[in-house]
Amino acid sequence: MTLLGKLDWSAVPFDQPIIMGTVGVMIVAIGSILSWVTLKGYVPYLWREWITSVDHKRIGVMYIVLALVMLLRGFADGIMMRTQQAIAVGGAQGYLPPEHFDQIFSAHGTIMIFFVAMPFVIGLMNFVVPLQLGVRDVAFPTMNSISFWLTASGVLLTNMSLAVGEFAKTGWFAYPPLSELQFSPGVGVDYYLWSLQISGIGTLLSGVNFVTTILKMRAPGMSYLRMPVFCWTALASNLLIVAAFPVLTALFAMLLLDRYLGFHFFTVDAGGNVMMYVNLFWIWGHPEVYILVLPAFGVYSEVAATFSGKSLFGYRSMVLATMAICVLSYTVWLHHFFTMGASASVNAFFGITSMIIGVPTGVKVFNWLFTMYGGRVRFTVPVLWTIGFMVTFVFGGLTGVLLALPAVDWQVHNSVFLVAHFHHVIIPGVLFGAIAGYNYWFPKAFGFKLDERWGKAAFWCWFIGFHLAFMPLYVTGLMGMPRRLQHSDVLAWQPWLLVAEAGAMVIFAGIICQIVQIVVSIRHREQLRDTTGDPWNGRTLEWSTASPPPAWNFAVLPRVDGLDAFWAHKQRVLAKQELPARQHTYRPIEVPKNSPVGFVTAFFAVVTGFALIWHIWWMAGFGALGAAVTLLAFMFRAKDEVEIPADEVALFDRAHPVEVSL
Amino acid sequence: MNVAVEMDAVRHGELLDISEAGPAPKRIIAGFGFWIFLLSDIVMFSALFAAYAVLAKASAGGLTGGQLFDQRNVAIETALLLLSSYSCGMMSLAINSQRYLATFLGAAVTFLLGSAFLALELNEFQGMIALGATPQRSAFLSAFFALVGSHGLHVTVGLAWLVLMMVQLSLRGFQDVVVRRLHCFSLFWHALDIIWVLIFTVVYLMGVLP
Amino acid sequence: MTTETHWDVAPGERPTIPASEQEASSGFLVYTIGLLLAVILTVTSFWVANTSVIWAPGVPAGLAVLAIAQMGVHLVFFLHITTGPDSTNNVLALAFGVLIVFLVLAGSLVIMANLNENMMGHSELMNLQMPR
Repeated sequence: MTLLGKLDWSAVPFDQPIIMGTVGVMIVAIGSILSWVTLKGYVPYLWREWITSVDHKRIGVMYIVLALVMLLRGFADGIMMRTQQAIAVGGAQGYLPPEHFDQIFSAHGTIMIFFVAMPFVIGLMNFVVPLQLGVRDVAFPTMNSISFWLTASGVLLTNMSLAVGEFAKTGWFAYPPLSELQFSPGVGVDYYLWSLQISGIGTLLSGVNFVTTILKMRAPGMSYLRMPVFCWTALASNLLIVAAFPVLTALFAMLLLDRYLGFHFFTVDAGGNVMMYVNLFWIWGHPEVYILVLPAFGVYSEVAATFSGKSLFGYRSMVLATMAICVLSYTVWLHHFFTMGASASVNAFFGITSMIIGVPTGVKVFNWLFTMYGGRVRFTVPVLWTIGFMVTFVFGGLTGVLLALPAVDWQVHNSVFLVAHFHHVIIPGVLFGAIAGYNYWFPKAFGFKLDERWGKAAFWCWFIGFHLAFMPLYVTGLMGMPRRLQHSDVLAWQPWLLVAEAGAMVIFAGIICQIVQIVVSIRHREQLRDTTGDPWNGRTLEWSTASPPPAWNFAVLPRVDGLDAFWAHKQRVLAKQELPARQHTYRPIEVPKNSPVGFVTAFFAVVTGFALIWHIWWMAGFGALGAAVTLLAFMFRAKDEVEIPADEVALFDRAHPVEVSL
Repeated sequence: MNVAVEMDAVRHGELLDISEAGPAPKRIIAGFGFWIFLLSDIVMFSALFAAYAVLAKASAGGLTGGQLFDQRNVAIETALLLLSSYSCGMMSLAINSQRYLATFLGAAVTFLLGSAFLALELNEFQGMIALGATPQRSAFLSAFFALVGSHGLHVTVGLAWLVLMMVQLSLRGFQDVVVRRLHCFSLFWHALDIIWVLIFTVVYLMGVLP
Repeated sequence: MTTETHWDVAPGERPTIPASEQEASSGFLVYTIGLLLAVILTVTSFWVANTSVIWAPGVPAGLAVLAIAQMGVHLVFFLHITTGPDSTNNVLALAFGVLIVFLVLAGSLVIMANLNENMMGHSELMNLQMPR
C-alpha cells in the first residue's frame, strides 16, 4: 500500500463502460501506431529527425499535431455534454452520471484552453516567427524543445487521468473551497494541478524564448516597424505569457500547498480567503484570452494582406492596437467575478476598462476590412476562415460588451448565455485563426498545398455548425438555464438544446472533412506540390526560402529595407524584367545540435507528476532526480552546434530557387 | 516565365542602426533572455506578495507577526545578503578581467554569506515552528512561509548553481559559455537581493507596525 | 556584419568597456558606492520602523519610499541599468515588469479590500462552520 501511495486497482474505473470503451479505443490506437512505426523501422528516423530535433520548424509542427489530436479529445467531450443536455430533460436521466459529467466539463475546458488553443498558437509562432524575422532559429533552441515536451507531458498526464483515477470535477478553473482537499479528496484536482503546472513551465519558457527572439534576433535592416504584423502579435502574446503565467504558477503552488501540506491559503477555516484564488486566477485568466487571440489576429492580418494583393491597411495603427490590447488586457480581470461581492464603483471601473478594450479590437476589424476593400481578393480556404471570423467575431465581441455591463452580467452570469459568449469569441477568434494559419503555412512546412475543396467543405460545416450549436444557448441562457447542467426539468429548453446538438453534429462533419482533407492532400501531393517556395504570392520573408525550408532557413540572411520585404523585392525584380545575377559566396552555417534533453526531462516530469498525484514519494524523488541529472548533463555538454559545410548550403540553395512569374 | 528571386544580402561593413543590425551576439541574447526570465520570476513573487498582503492579518487567533519576528535577526540576514551581493559584484569584476583566484575567492565569499543567510532563516523557521507557529496554523503563516520560503528556495538554487559554475570554471576556464552563465548567475543573485529588500520592508518591518 | 561596439548592452553589463585595469578600479568604485547607499537606506528603514519620532501613520509610506529607493540603487549600481540608448530594451522590459507587478499588487489589494468590506468577515464564516 505505502509502496504505491494511494494507487491500487480500484483507481481504474472498470465499472464505467463509457470510460473503459474510450480507454480501450485509445490503447488500441496508440498501440497500433506504435507498432506500425516500429515494424516499418521508423523509430530511428523519428528519434533523429523529430523527437530530439531542436529545429523551430519541426517543433512547431509537433505542437500543431499535438493540438489537432487534443482537439479531437476536447470535441468528443463537448459533443458528449451536448448530447447529455439534449436528452436528459424531465424524466429522462441521459447516459452520463453526474460525477462523470462533472469530469467531462472540467476536462473539456482545460483541454481546449491549455492543450488545444495554446499548443496551436505556440506551434504557429514556432514555425513562422523565425522565418518571418529572416533568422535561422529561435534564441534558445534546446529550451524550445524542452518547452514542447513539457507541454506534451501535461497532455499525457491529463489523458492518463481517464484510465487511472479521475479528473477534476471542479470546472476548468478549480475554484476553492470545492477544489480543496476537504471537498475534493480524490486525485482529480491533483491531476489538473500537476499537468497544468508542468505544461505551464513549458509555456513560460516559450514566452521567454520568443520575447528574446523577436527583440534580439531579426534579419539585418528589420527595425521594429518593419516586422510583419504576425511577429508583433506574437511579441504581445509572449509578453503576456511572461507577465501572466508566473501568477498561475504561484497560484497553483499555493493550492498545492493547501492540498498536500495543509496550508490555509484558500480554505474556509483558519483565515483562508477563497476570493484570493478567484482574484489571482483571473489575473492570469484574462491575459490568457489575449495570449490566444492576438496571434490569431496576426494570422488574419497576414492572410488578408496576402490574398488581397495589397499591403495591410494601417500597419502602424495595427501595431498600436496590438500593444494597447497587450497592456489593457491586464486591467480588466474583475469582470470575471462582477457578482462575487465587489461594490458598484469597483465593478464600474472594470466594466469600463472591459469596454475600452473593444476599441483597439474594433480598429483591427476596420483595418482588415479596408485591406480587403479595393483589393483583388482570392477566396482561398484561409480567406474563407478570415471572413467567417470577421462576421462571427464582431457579434461575439458585441455580446462581450454587453456582458461588460455589470448590470447585465448580474442577470446572465453563470448561465449558458455566458457559455455562448465565450465560445462565440474563442472559436472564431482563436480556432478559426489557427485553422486559417494551418491552411496558409501548410505548403511552407511540407512543400504541398492542402486540398481546397475539402478545406472549403470543412469551413462551411464549421461555420454553419458553430451558429447552430451556440446561438440557441443565448436563448436558453436568457431563459435562465444555468451552465454545467447535467439534468434539467424545464421542457421549454429542450427544442433549443436539440438544435444545439444538431449544430455540434455539423461541426463534427467539419472535423471529418478536415481529416479527409489531410488524407486526400497527402495522396495527391504531387499535383498539389509547390516547387516555387511562394505558392500564394506572399509578402513576407518566409516565402523567400524553399518549401519546406532547410534546417538553416536562409543560406544568406536577407537584407530588409521596408515593410513586406519579399513583396517589395519581387516588385523590383519584375520592374527590371531581368534575371538577377547570383552572386552569393556561401559560408558554412552553424545550426544547433539535436538534443534528447527535452524528451528525457519531460519523461521524468511525467514520472514525477504521476508520483506526486498518487503520493508515491520515492518515485517522485526518483523523477525529480532524473530531471535534474538530465539538465546537469546538458549543462556540461561540450558542443552545442554542428557546422553545415558551405558546399552543402550552396548545393541546396541552387537546387531550390524561389521563383516568381514574370 | 518563372525567374528565381533572391533576397539581397548585407554588404560587408555596412553601418546599421542598433534595431537594424541583425541578430545580436550570443552574449546579449543570453543576457536578455535571462533578464526576461527574471522579470517573470519577479511577477511570480508579486503574486506571493499579494497573497501575503491580503492574508497578513488573518492570523486566526494564532501568533501574529509582531509576536514572532525578531528584528535583530532580520537585520543580520539583510546585512549578509547585501554583502553577498557586493562580493558577487567583485566576482563579476574578476570575471571581466579573467582572474581565476579572485573569481574563486569572490564565489567562495558569496557562497559563505549566502549559506549563513540560509542558516539564519532556517533557524528562524525552526524557532517559529517550535512555538506552534507552523504554516498549518493560520492563513497568515501559510502566506509567510510560502513567500519567505520561496525566496529561501531561490537562494538555495543560487548556491547550488554557484558551486556548479565553479566546477565548470575549473574544468573549462573562461570559455564564452561559462562567462555567459556566470553573468546570468550574478543577475540572478542581485535580483534575489532586490526581492529581499521588499520582503524585509513588507513582511518584517511593516508587519510589526501596530 | 557590423562591428561589436555597435551593439546594445546585455542586462547587467556595464555599458563601456575601457582598458581592463581602469575598468576594474572604476567597477570597484561603482559597487562600493552602491553598497554604501544600500547600507544607509537599510539602516534608515530599520530606524523608521522602530522610532517614535515620525508620525505613526506616515511610517508605512516612508518605508515604501525607502524600499523603492533601495531597489533603484540595486538596479543602478549592481545591475548597471542606465538610461543610455544602448540599454533601451532592458529598461523597457523592466518598465513592463514593474507595471505588471504594480497591477498585480495594487489590483489585488484594492479588490480584496473591497470584497472583504462587502462580504461576511472570517469570524462570521467561522461561526457558520461551528454547528457542524
